[in-house]
Formats: sequence, C-alpha cells, structure tokens
Amino acid sequence: MSKTLLLIGTRKGAFVLESDADRRDWKLRGPYCEGWPVYHAVHDAGTGAIYAAAASEWHGSAVWRSNDLGETWALSSEGLSYDADGGRNLSKVSTLAARNGRVLVGVEAPGIFESKDGGETWSLLSTLTGQPGSEAWDDPANQPPGHLGISALMFDDDDDSRFWAIVQGVGVFETTDDGTSWTPRNRGLRADWPRPHEEVGFCVHKLVRADDTRMYQQNHVGMHRSDDLGHSWTEITEGLPTEFGFAAAAHPHDRDTFYVVPLDPGHGRTMPDGKAAVWRTQDAGSTWQALVRGLPQDNAYLGVLREAMAIDSYDSPGLYVGTSTGQLFASADEGDSWSEIASYLPAISSVEVAMID
Amino acid sequence: MAELHLPGTLTPLFAGLPRRLDVEAATVDDAIATLEQRWPGLRDRLCEPGPQLRTHIHVYVDRERATLATPLEPRSRVDVIAAISGG
Repeated sequence: MSKTLLLIGTRKGAFVLESDADRRDWKLRGPYCEGWPVYHAVHDAGTGAIYAAAASEWHGSAVWRSNDLGETWALSSEGLSYDADGGRNLSKVSTLAARNGRVLVGVEAPGIFESKDGGETWSLLSTLTGQPGSEAWDDPANQPPGHLGISALMFDDDDDSRFWAIVQGVGVFETTDDGTSWTPRNRGLRADWPRPHEEVGFCVHKLVRADDTRMYQQNHVGMHRSDDLGHSWTEITEGLPTEFGFAAAAHPHDRDTFYVVPLDPGHGRTMPDGKAAVWRTQDAGSTWQALVRGLPQDNAYLGVLREAMAIDSYDSPGLYVGTSTGQLFASADEGDSWSEIASYLPAISSVEVAMID
Repeated sequence: MAELHLPGTLTPLFAGLPRRLDVEAATVDDAIATLEQRWPGLRDRLCEPGPQLRTHIHVYVDRERATLATPLEPRSRVDVIAAISGG
C-alpha cells in the first residue's frame, strides 16, 4: 500500500505525519533532529532519503539525513563552511533541494553547497559571484547578523545542470551550467523601492513551477506568473485580499491552477481579518477564489511561511498548510475543504510531501 | 588528565559520547582535537571558523572563562556549557 508522508520542519525539530493514499487518517511521529530548529525538510524520491536543514543556536548549522523515512537520523556539516579568511560567515542553512542522490543546500551568507554522497560531506558549489547585487551580499557588514541568504533552490525536472536560486531581497537567478554562470530572471517584476541595478532588487518569496514553460511566484509585492520559464513576469495580484504572502503551490496536473496564502503585509503578517483562507486561481490568475470550508473563520491570526505549503500529485491533489503557531491543515480535494490534522506542533517552518509506493 | 564535562545537547549527536570523560591535553583546543579524533564532526559543534568557540558555547577551566588557547593543568576541570539561547 502506498504511503503519503508529510515532512514538517519546525522551530523544535522535524516531525513526520503519515497516511495512506486516501489521506484521511494521519499519524504523527517525532520530534526528530534532537529538537534543532529545522528550516526545511525534503525527500529525494530517487534515493528515498530525507534531508533536514537545521541550525542550532548552540551547535551551529548542519544537514540531518535519514535513510529510513525518519526513523533514525545522522547529521553532518563536514565541508559546510566558508574559508575563515574569506570574510564570509555561514550563519544558517536555509533551504534544500534533493534529486537522484544529489543534494543542494542554500545558506546565509548567500551560497550554495552540494553533497554527492547522501549528505555525508559538502563542498561549495557557487556564491553567484559577480552577479548584480552581489556586492551587497559580499559586504562583511551584512553577515551576520542579517538574513541575506539563499532562500530557495529549485531543480529543473530533466536537466541536472539547470536550477534556480532565490537570493533574499535580490531576486531569482537561473543557471544552466551547474552553477558556473547565472542569469537574473526578474524582468517584469514590481518593486516599490529604489534599486541600484535594473536586473535585481526584487523581493521574491516563493517560486513554483507548473509545467514546461509556466512558473508562478509569490513576491513581497504581488503575485506573478511567467509563461516563458522565468524570462519575463506578469503580475496577477488583482482579486486577492492582499499582495503579500510567503507560501505558494502549483497544481501538478493543471497549469492554470495555483494556490497562495495572502497575509497582511505589516508586522503581523497573518491572515487578514483573522479569517483563515487559502486562495486559488483556476485561470492562471485572472480570477481568485477564497477556499475557507473547514478553516477557522473567527480570531484565526495565522501566519504561513515560505516553505509551509505543499501539494501532492495524486489524481485529486492534496494540499497541506502549516502555520507559525503549529497547526497543520490538509485538504484531500484540491482545496475545496480542509481539516486540521495537527494542532499543537512547534512553529512550522516547512511542509513537504513524499509519496512512497 | 583533565576532567571534561560536556553539555547534554552534545552527547545525543555522537554515539557513545559520555557527559564526563578524562582527556590528556595541553589546551582546550587540544582537548577538543582529541575528542574529534574519536567522534568525527564534534569539533564543528563547538567551534566555528577562526577558529574560535561558537558564540553560545562557553568553556570554563577551573571555574574561569576560557578560550581555545587556555592551558590545562593535569587535574584541571573543564566545563563546556551550552549558554543562553534555546527559548
């Protein structure tokens, strides 16, 4: 029987929620990773391994790994540091991407490390040196404290040497030669602030891919769609309650369907008016629909972070939304109705789905 | 032999690492290097590039705040503390 696993990164360790393909009954396991703050946990479908990017305030940053679906874990940070005399500090591992045994981790200050041995050792792949805006992230004054880092990595579905990286507050970059060279992919995005470079200075929160040519992104200022794989962007915010949010998910079988969680853009960054809602477009952003059935509608000041929404790829895809107050909501019918499948977890940083045959 | 006391947050990360052990070492740095030989990766959990002790790892030698360079006497007591943070 197939399994559906939700990998949940929280401020106090990783958890696993497990169900079958029906996704009605869930069993919680954890906490794992010794309670370290876990910023992102992912599954490599090619090898079956789970990886968790974690940063302990006492013991530094490391990537935890499990080869038995989370039952046992080991950690390593061997090679996961900048040269001491280079002026850069690695203050946090932020985000992971894993594919067919290769693992990438994005870090603060901005850099991408890779592992080719299942997370046992790491080496620096790229710091996007020379890209417009890199003088800011190369400035020792920005590292640390500060949160200028690689916040997301996304592999291409077919080409192992092609992937995308988000640099926080700078924008999206694409490489087609395994990190040797990069191209900014921010044309058409909006920024409501001065920018020293034409090609960068955009605050991209989340990038998702719908099919061979289409991407969507949740930006600090607005939702955007690209029909040429990020080469140009069109804003599709109209019809949403706010332009701000972090999380986003693309329907795996319908390129026109896309989900976001709009939040108030001020300090609170919670769902507007205390009413929980996931918003869906089914026409590539021309119109939007609030999905609220089963979600709390009174005094629900919930936040959802950038990696905290996931979608599976069953025929009727399931959606999963984790909050920064520890609730996890799930829908097994493409968002039409929701149920709360975990209520008292630590603050949730990330949710990813693993479908196991 | 210096008497070394480790924090409870460290021991679950390395199989067989006890909270208390005796180490033959001339400095705090030497003591950590000795542990690293037996439990690879342990140094990264206590030190960062520099090298220096991590910000929230405090070491005391005979009740005095220490650095990696602090010398150890044959009967020194070394306390490694996971300090502050964690809320």
